Amino acid sequence: MTQAKTTYKPSDEVDFVIIGSGAAGGVLAKELSTNGFRVVVLEQGPYLTEVDFTHDEIEVFNNHRLTNDPKRQPVTFRKSESEKAVLQPSVMYGRCVGGSSVHFTANFWRFHEIDFIERSKVGGIPGTGFADWPIMYADLEPYYTKVEWEIGVSGRAGASPFDPPRSKPYPMPPLPVKGSGVVFERGARKLGYHPFPAPMAILSQPRPGRSACVNCGFCLGFGCEVGAKSSSLATVIRMAEHTGRCEIRPNCYVHKIATDKNGRATGAVYFDAQRNTHLQKAKAVVVCANGAETPRLLLLSANNAFPNGLANSSGLVGKYLMPNSGAIALGVFDEPLNDYKGPAVSRVFHDFYELDAKKLGFYGGGGLDARFDLTPVAFAMRALPPDTPRWGKEFKKALQQNFTRTMEIFCHATSLPVASNNFSLDPDVKDAWGLPALRMTYQDHPNDMKMMAWMVERAMEVLDAAGARTKWHPPISETSFAVHLLGTCRMGNDPKTSVINPDHRTHDIPNLFLCDGSSLVTSGRGQPTMTIQALAYRAADRITALAKRGDLASPVSHAT
Amino acid sequence: MKTVNSARRDFLLQMGGVAGAAWVTAQWPGILAAAQHAHAAAKANPPPAFEVLTPEEAREIEALSSTIIPSDELPGAREAGVVYFIDRALKSFAADARPAYEKGLADLRKMTSEMFPGVERFSAATPGQQEKLLAKLDEDSRSGRSTGLEIGGPSGMSFFATLWFHTLAGFLVDPEGGGNRDYAGWKVIGRDPAHTFSPPFGFYDKDYPGWQAASPETESK
Repeated sequence: MTQAKTTYKPSDEVDFVIIGSGAAGGVLAKELSTNGFRVVVLEQGPYLTEVDFTHDEIEVFNNHRLTNDPKRQPVTFRKSESEKAVLQPSVMYGRCVGGSSVHFTANFWRFHEIDFIERSKVGGIPGTGFADWPIMYADLEPYYTKVEWEIGVSGRAGASPFDPPRSKPYPMPPLPVKGSGVVFERGARKLGYHPFPAPMAILSQPRPGRSACVNCGFCLGFGCEVGAKSSSLATVIRMAEHTGRCEIRPNCYVHKIATDKNGRATGAVYFDAQRNTHLQKAKAVVVCANGAETPRLLLLSANNAFPNGLANSSGLVGKYLMPNSGAIALGVFDEPLNDYKGPAVSRVFHDFYELDAKKLGFYGGGGLDARFDLTPVAFAMRALPPDTPRWGKEFKKALQQNFTRTMEIFCHATSLPVASNNFSLDPDVKDAWGLPALRMTYQDHPNDMKMMAWMVERAMEVLDAAGARTKWHPPISETSFAVHLLGTCRMGNDPKTSVINPDHRTHDIPNLFLCDGSSLVTSGRGQPTMTIQALAYRAADRITALAKRGDLASPVSHAT
Repeated sequence: MKTVNSARRDFLLQMGGVAGAAWVTAQWPGILAAAQHAHAAAKANPPPAFEVLTPEEAREIEALSSTIIPSDELPGAREAGVVYFIDRALKSFAADARPAYEKGLADLRKMTSEMFPGVERFSAATPGQQEKLLAKLDEDSRSGRSTGLEIGGPSGMSFFATLWFHTLAGFLVDPEGGGNRDYAGWKVIGRDPAHTFSPPFGFYDKDYPGWQAASPETESK
């Protein structure tokens, strides 16, 4: 029953070329092809499927089978714009069909109402570009529901008193609770918090062609061998191909968006696996390359008409990087949790979603989850109590005692948008294709450091109340590594202070759209993928409406 | 003990029960491909001969990794075949660590005869001497911890840090990755090599009654 795959020639002018096949690109491919458009998706990584996935930690973490390879794609890092950046693998993202949704944890929280209007509620924060979104939670609610039902999200509606309103329950019940979830729930309730079953983009019940989760435990960092993780690969990519109008073209490294003399995008220029250069022609271009590579591509595409890069009249392309603040506390229990079984997370609480800035002296908020995401090698290298010897008899004894008895509490939280935190092109370092490398400039806003220091102490209290016999947390340290790549081509109504409008159309080029983590105006509370996908479903509706009324060629209207 | 193949086969057999026959039928070509993949991986398991290391180097590395994870009533680095994993690593993901090993072993030979005159090499030292030597190596290399999800890598790391990472990886990696022979490492840490699991998973979730909204009674427990 194998369906012949649809293919187009680069010289065929398709309706849309989509750059990137991850959380957003997969959804847009499915929606636009379902709506009758001819679509080519260009993915820089390989087209792997379930049979290619492995539990080999070396293959995944060191050989970068699923992610960007810092050897071929160097990244440089610096803390401030006055420094010279140094080589440092500071960014990680999925580099395969399905993008980061293939290897992610699959924590799937909606944003709440507050995330869209927080600037108005809290007020401005010096040194930041803190802003309200041009859309509200209510605008996205139908799309959140659509994500849950189309890709398959497990959870229990109404279980958290802090949840925003929803139009439908989850399509399937929560995944099984883990030992970490049970003790976390016990500890959190003792302290008066409201833990609930984690919403996860992992199937608790089978769907056609996909197994329910088999609890193999190789989840964060790994591709799912049974299709239970609701990645774009396991869901929307296949639906897109099934329309017969969408080609997923892997191993295509897009390095330029071509424009014509009228300032319109004409297609995407890419290297194929043999490094031959092609131009895939299209009536419109949709960039879903993630919050690092989307701004990099716009900057790489600079030409005489757009000397500062495409869609960059605001100067904000690459700016306001928000990687989400994070902190972690670990605890060891008397009896085996065996938390290596199952997906990483089974319980969460959101009591700190909206903290009282006046009382605490810092803005922000977040959620805590109970998890174990450490596969055996990573555990041995990173997760023994700090005073444990790292070799010899005592080391071996600690491994033996602790592997089955350790859990983590992960604090996920806001990052403030600061213009000097950004992605740009490195002036000196080149990648293996000879293109300027990605340069990350980042220094945590002092507010975010204060918040994490506060939150990790709450996590320590929960571990205590949960009955941990040993607990510790790594020091709160400055961010120099990002996996959530948010805010770098932000959405807004004003072309002076944003890159895309609420339709995801760039203010400057009428047939160029951006949709991925870069679109976000605020960072949410540390789980962006659900919102990225809801935005993608909404963007597909908006783009379809524009295309159907023949509006993709007309000058951009800023009126909303 | 389970081999890679038998664990994978158990997994495939269990799939029928877990997901239903329809799923298995739909995925059958893929499952066969996966089984073949695992088979090829198993065949690629440590060969009897070393391909990169000389017998002398292999002997020293085995002695070193056995000091990091000693053998006792439970298997250590030796029983897990760590030295074979390292031999393979040096021609694959850690090929660029070859000079670090060569230099590290030469330096260690020198350090051994300096600290313990008359002892010519690490592998000939007593266990007590080996611990002192390794402690010195460790002390001299307190750096090289990596960031983020990257769990280690040879570039820029000291000999000790490289050896330490490779020993842990060779002891605990899924056998598909060419280490952890016969699941020796997983036996030590208590990781069941099965490919699928059903709840309850451990002690604390055994009697869990199911999630209920917080009430005054549950909050006071």
